[in-house]
Parts: sequence; structure tokens; C-alpha cells
Amino acid sequence: MAKIANHLNRGATAVSDWVNERAGVGEFYKKHISEYYAPKNFNLWYFFGSLSLLVLVNQLLTGIFLTMHYKPDAELAFASVEYIMRDVQWGWLIRYMHSTGASLFFVVVYLHMLRALMYGSYQKPRELVWILGVTIFLVLMAESFMGYVLPWGQMSYWGAQVIISLFGAVPVLGPDLVEWIRGDYFVADATLNRFFALHVVALPLVLLALVVLHLAALHEVGSNNPDGVDIKANKDEAGRPRDGIPFHPYYTVKDIFGAAFFLLIAAFIIFFWPEFGGYFLKPDNFVEANPLVTPDHIPPVWYFTPFYAILQAVPDKLMGVVLMGAAVLIFYLVPWLDRSPVRSIRYRGWMSKFMLALFCLAFVRLGMLGLSQESSTFELRLWTFVYFAFFILMPIWTSIEKTKPVPERVTH
Amino acid sequence: MKARYILTGAVLLLAAFAAHGAKTSGLDHAGSNVFDTASVQRGAAAFANYCMACHSMQFKRYQRLVQDLNMSEEEVLEFLAFGEQELSDYMVAAMRDEDAEEWFGVVPPDLSLTARSRSPDWIYTFLRSYFLTDNGWDNTVKELTAMPHVLVELQGIQRAVTETREVGDELRTEVIGLELDRPGLMSPSEYDDFVRDIVAFMEYAAEPARLQRERLGVWVLLFLSLFTFVSYLLYQEYWKDVKK
Repeated sequence: MAKIANHLNRGATAVSDWVNERAGVGEFYKKHISEYYAPKNFNLWYFFGSLSLLVLVNQLLTGIFLTMHYKPDAELAFASVEYIMRDVQWGWLIRYMHSTGASLFFVVVYLHMLRALMYGSYQKPRELVWILGVTIFLVLMAESFMGYVLPWGQMSYWGAQVIISLFGAVPVLGPDLVEWIRGDYFVADATLNRFFALHVVALPLVLLALVVLHLAALHEVGSNNPDGVDIKANKDEAGRPRDGIPFHPYYTVKDIFGAAFFLLIAAFIIFFWPEFGGYFLKPDNFVEANPLVTPDHIPPVWYFTPFYAILQAVPDKLMGVVLMGAAVLIFYLVPWLDRSPVRSIRYRGWMSKFMLALFCLAFVRLGMLGLSQESSTFELRLWTFVYFAFFILMPIWTSIEKTKPVPERVTH
Repeated sequence: MKARYILTGAVLLLAAFAAHGAKTSGLDHAGSNVFDTASVQRGAAAFANYCMACHSMQFKRYQRLVQDLNMSEEEVLEFLAFGEQELSDYMVAAMRDEDAEEWFGVVPPDLSLTARSRSPDWIYTFLRSYFLTDNGWDNTVKELTAMPHVLVELQGIQRAVTETREVGDELRTEVIGLELDRPGLMSPSEYDDFVRDIVAFMEYAAEPARLQRERLGVWVLLFLSLFTFVSYLLYQEYWKDVKK
């Protein structure tokens, strides 16, 4: 027995050596996993990065299985989703994992972004990490919007109609642009087909590439932490950061725990509350798309509503669209708007804390206003103003406020 | 430190607040239960007898009823499928679309997903809210509905109780309630139960997977709780030397 084991062992080593000499897998493993030193003081907020990756993988895998049964055809799409829900073995589970995953993707991504805002993770030298992250967010919005069209229910159809028509606000080119996007004079089979292609092939490829770059850029400069302390400034004799620990096994086991807890929540939604009170799956989307019947109210899915509310705050269509676009794109500027000498909110003054809390309030409140049909214009404008004030005034409050001294080493 | 917890708490609270925007609809609570097989069976029979002359369930096969409702193939064919139907057929209405257009002005909607697109409460209230006016049937849930009151022999005839109020300069007559003018074959509470069964069947039919989903879900949650606990222990074990 021992002899056989010995042979097997030696065989395995030989194979891994052979691959290593040719592909540098070992180097890669060391750089990104076993010898990637991460600060040891990550807190709860640091789970959301790995959770985003988990949800991405879930979306890719469940998406592949959905593609095997879904029909991207205006005549067949709606029925094919019901076919998945009823006749495909475990089809309902795969579909709910995908639909719940879509919403949870935005939950974890929004929390991940808030984490970065709290601890100044976008500050030098991590600007590129942030830029890539904002780009991922942008592509994710496009990806989810197109995915939402595929079930071809009333909300899919009319949501697409509303969003695509926004491009009509572009001066001169508008009408042609809208027609070009739809591939028809109205949202139709051609639109569904191209959205399917983009949703299942083009955008996932772009997303994956961006995620790889986001991680590569992060690992080049190293992770920030809740204290905003640069752990690379304090290394031991072997050149290892004193406040750093190898990603594996420490953060792998910690992230497994985080993932398990997250899956517990996700499973509760998937198995007991998949519509999530109409927020994840809308009642109107259980009615097949009908170009002749416009629903009374066409609210976007919850994760778009803050931006939709900003659109509604402006009476002029073009200005509304510009402002909505700006609301997303302005995130790109954050590394340069923030003039604070310290990263983490822990060592900043009250103004940073107050402004970030106010911004969160504005974001959530806008999200609620965007869902409703009868939001007061005054309130829409008030919170839109607060939303933009957070960014535009950032250079001022970050440079005038009194900060606390940052410790040499991480605290906890 | 404190600010961190306050911020975390505020974010979670706001998220919960945002997720809790349920509207009150003024509909009666159906109280239907898809896990009550007897109720769903009765509802299926009632649906086949009273609804399927006009309404289809285009996504629902008879076959599935055998497995989900605990009925034999013979029973399904005898009590739920009429005419020349095979088990593998979908539950399609007897009426042709062209005839429907001619008789009612509209094709009766497919009811496969109505419990999800409207809500069980909506169907429950709708089927109990018909009233007779001088111009024919009307319904408080869906005004001037094209659907006649097919269950009138069971429920009896209701009439509207109205109230005339002054709104601004004009007088407006509003329906404030319904009262039973001529009793039907069932008492009001029997009729409510009858409708509740239909709703239970429609709720089941809108998502047959729900039966399996919730039963399996319990086990999945138990497993994940255990897995979370074990992974927590593993995390604690590894991190002992970091947290020193």
C-alpha cells in the first residue's frame, strides 16, 4: 500500500512540476493566494468583495443552465421561462438562484462600494482599483438591465421601452440611436435577440475581464484596511508586512465562513421568499409582454431606483438623462475629490462622518422615491441635491476638517 | 469605533425600512393554503367545473396534478379533464377564442399565473365582490368587468349599498358595501370556503414548484446553518494565532 501511495505521490509531484516549469502556476498561486499579505484587521465590511465574486460565479453557472432551456424569441421567451419553472428538472431552483442572485449582486456591490467610501480605499495608490470597480458597476448595470428583459413579461418589455427611449434625449442623433439599439421601430424580437447575445456572451466576458483586472490591480498595491494604515510601511526582516497575514489560509477560511452565512440568507430568499415581496420578481412580470397594453406604473427594479429618482427630479428629459448619467459617472472622480490626508473614517472629523451618513440616507431615500409613482418633486430634488452635494463639496469638507492622528500599526 | 457601529446600524435599518414598503390594498385576506392537499383538490374540481369552460391554464399539464395533488390518473381524467383529454395535455379551455370575442368582447385571460400577477387576495376578493345593477353584473374589485358572475347560483345575488356624498360641487354615489339580496345554494361562509379552495388551486397552479421548494428549503437551511457553524469553528481555530 505504502509503495503505491509513494508512487502516486511522486507522480503527482512530477506532473505539477512539469506544469509549473511551463506555466508558472506556482508563482501565480504564491502571488495571489498563499503569499498575498492582507491586513489582519479586516472587519465585516471586507466580506463583500469575495461575496461579489461568489455571486458572479453563481450567475455564470446558473445562467449557463438557463440558456440550455430559454428561448430568445418574442413568441416563445415567456413560455420558455414557465417551462423552466415547471417542466425542467430543478429549473425553478436554477431560475430563482439566478433572479435572487441578480438582486443580491447589487446588495453586496453597494455594500462593497460603501466600504471603499468609508475607509478611503480609493485613495492613492488604489485609484486604478477604484476606477476598474466603478467600471464593473457600470457594466453590471447594463448586464442586469438586459437580463431583466429576457423573461419577456410586461415589466421586462415596458422597462426596456422606457430605458431605451432615454437615449432618444440625445440631441440630433437621439431617434436614430434609439432605433439602432432596438433594431426595430419598437421593442421587439430583434431587441430581445440582441439583448440575449449581449447578456449571455458579450457583457459576461467584459465583466470577467474587468474583475480579473480589478483583482490584479488590487494585488499590485495591496489591500487597504479599516484603519487606512499602509501595512507595507512596516515589514519584518523577511520582508513580510508585520500587520499582514497570508490570504490563504487566513482569509480563505474567514471568507468561507462569510460565504456560508451569506448562502444561508440567500437560501432563505430562494426557498421561501423568491419574489421578495415584489422587489426581486415583480407581479406584473408574470404577465406576458404585450405591446398594446401599457401598465399603469413602470418602476425599475429596486437597484436602479435611486438613479431613476434622479431622472425624475428633472423636468427636462435631456437634463434628466444627463444628471442620471452623472450620478453614476461621478463615482469615477472620488479619488480626486477627496482631499483628506487620512483614509479611514475612523481618523476623520465629524464632517466626513456626517456627509457619508447623509449620502447613504439620500441614496436609500431616492431608492424609495424612485419606486413610487407619487413622489413629491420637492423631495426628489432635495435628495438629488444632497446626493450631488456629497461629491461636489467633498474637496471642501475633506480639506478643512480636523483629522485625528493615524496610528503606525493597525489597531484591531 | 462608535461611529462605525452607528453607521452600520443606520445602513441596515434603512435597508430594512426600504424593503418594507408593502402597500395596503383593501382586499380581503384569502387565507388559502397550497399545502392543504384536500383544499387544492376541491379547488381543482371547482376550477374544472366553473372556470375551464372559458379560461385556460396553458402552462399546466393534467399529468402534473397526478403527482402534486395525490390523485390517480383515472381520477384526474374523470373529475378534472372533460372530453377527449390526454394526461399529457395542457389544461386548455373548451371555448374557442373567436367565440369568446363574439360573446364577451374579449378572450378570457389565461389563469396559469394570475395568483402571481394579481395575488391570492385579489382573486379571493374578486370572486366574492360581484353585484347586480340595473345594467347587469359589476364588480367592486374590477369595475365593469367583462366576466359574468358564473358562481351566482352558489353565492346568490348581491346588490350594492351606496352612499351619496358631496365631493366639491358635485354629488357622487359610491359603493360602500355589498349585501346579499337573494341567497344562493351556499351560505356566505360556505361560499367563502369554496372560493378559498379555488384560490388555493390557482396559487398552486401558478407555481407548482412551491410544494417542493418549501419542503426542500427547510433541509437546505438546516444544512447551511450547520455548515456556517462548522466554518465558524474552522475560522476561529485558524485565527487563534492571529488574534493573540
